[in-house]
Amino acid sequence: MAHGDAARIEISGLTKRFLTPNGEVFTAIQDVSFVIEPGQFCAIVGPTGCGKSTTLGQVSGLERPSAGTVTVGGQPVDGITDGVSFMFQADALFPWKTVLANVMTGPTLRGMGKKEASSLARDWLRRVGLSGFEDRYPHQLSGGMRKRVGMAAALINEPRILLMDEPFGALDVQTKAIMQTELLGLWEQLRPSVLFITHDLDEAVALSDRVLIMTSSPGSIKHSFDIDLPRPRGDVQTIRHEPRFLELQDRIWSSLKDEVERAYAATAGAA
Amino acid sequence: MSSTIPATKAIESDTDAQAASRRARRRHTQRVWIGRILVPVVFLGSWQIATEVGWLDKFFFGQPTAVWQALVHLFTAGTAFGSIWLNLWVTIKEALYGFLLGTGTGVVIGLLLGQNRLLAEVFGPYIKVLNSIPRIILGSIFIVAFGLGTFPKVLLAAVLVFFVVFFNAFQGVREVDQNLIANIRVLGASPLQIARHVTIPSALTWIIASLHTAFGFAIIGALVEEVLGAQHGIGLIIKVAQGNFDPDTVFACMAIMGVVTLAAEYLITLLERRVLSWRPPNRSEAQAI
Repeated sequence: MAHGDAARIEISGLTKRFLTPNGEVFTAIQDVSFVIEPGQFCAIVGPTGCGKSTTLGQVSGLERPSAGTVTVGGQPVDGITDGVSFMFQADALFPWKTVLANVMTGPTLRGMGKKEASSLARDWLRRVGLSGFEDRYPHQLSGGMRKRVGMAAALINEPRILLMDEPFGALDVQTKAIMQTELLGLWEQLRPSVLFITHDLDEAVALSDRVLIMTSSPGSIKHSFDIDLPRPRGDVQTIRHEPRFLELQDRIWSSLKDEVERAYAATAGAA
Repeated sequence: MSSTIPATKAIESDTDAQAASRRARRRHTQRVWIGRILVPVVFLGSWQIATEVGWLDKFFFGQPTAVWQALVHLFTAGTAFGSIWLNLWVTIKEALYGFLLGTGTGVVIGLLLGQNRLLAEVFGPYIKVLNSIPRIILGSIFIVAFGLGTFPKVLLAAVLVFFVVFFNAFQGVREVDQNLIANIRVLGASPLQIARHVTIPSALTWIIASLHTAFGFAIIGALVEEVLGAQHGIGLIIKVAQGNFDPDTVFACMAIMGVVTLAAEYLITLLERRVLSWRPPNRSEAQAI
């Protein structure tokens, strides 16, 4: 594996509580424990509001756990974790920067010279198929193109860990499939450990080595499924029809279904 | 063979459609300009007629032709305090310095309080108190304290500008997309880099929007302070004209300052286009006004 043990994520007993505006304590995730081996592509699937994003926030160091520990590469997370890139659900591109400047931001913040960062960014834009769009502003691009810029901006730092929070959730089905295939291609070149949040089961099975199912709120890990589809997987669209894919998908869905129904009943009851 | 015929037809109808839409656009532009010319003609015309016929007393309300004569007189004969250009320059200089001082302090303090919750909560109530004071009254205090020179004018203009810019800068920082902050933090930015790459560019939209109003306030500040006491300036000319029951000269000065503010507005719009070139084109028609 490209990054050795530095890319190992160990989460044990992780609990996060929030104080709601009316003074009650809300437990978002409770006693979450799992290990991600270096270079592993792991998807987390769970019903809405089960604390998937919260878990990701702890790994990146943007948030602090209420109890338990997150260890990355043997180091407990304290403050922003080094060597981590984050792809958000919403566009997190800087609208006042050109495409090139957006991709350059990561290396520049790490103290790389302007010239070097610029040529590296150009190279990454070429890899995501956006050569010739360097001087555009994000609002001039389509949703799929913006995601590609986001991908280039996240991967240019060659992170040992890539955190993705429903990155393709807002895309149309066709664009989504294209982006998934491209993501797999780039991941296979760099092999960072990936934590990928989604509520799209197909997406989770098609991309990952492992799928974790979270329970409805408060979230904890319910099951872990190993996805033994061979790699490289190539086109995400065609995998979906393989019998092994359907079998795994079916097994995972039966585990997830209860949680989704429970979460739905809870919100429907509250409303 | 048969397929080429509809194709050429389509091209013909394309050029037809283009020509039709060009004609429609031209007609629209014509109407807009006729309307634009009609508005001042009707307004000034009825003012002129009303004062000629006697519905309005021109001794109190002035008259467009007399205002024009006053303007010509101001530019040819000058004033009791030197040429109109000298006085105009004095007022513009005061307004400009006040504008720069007020904008500078407003931006710095707005960004500071916007990013620091503790500071914002400590100083918040006091800023509200200061903002509730009728600031024009400060004009009297400044005259007493600093005399009749340029400084008290700059100060009053700056005080008026400060609050407009401050509240916008403050709000601009508060409205920053938290996603972007999270993103740049994960990329490893220091607090200073967060400000440089995210907070300030994001707040700039708000700050520049406030500059349009702010320059108007700077002119008001300079004029009011000149009316209260000065040795040169348009405000002084207005004050003397008022004492002489000469509304025409007051209107003439109003027109001059209107032109100055329009010119400044134009420059600020140029600056806005330059600094905010990343923004998508205006969606709202209101901004065209």
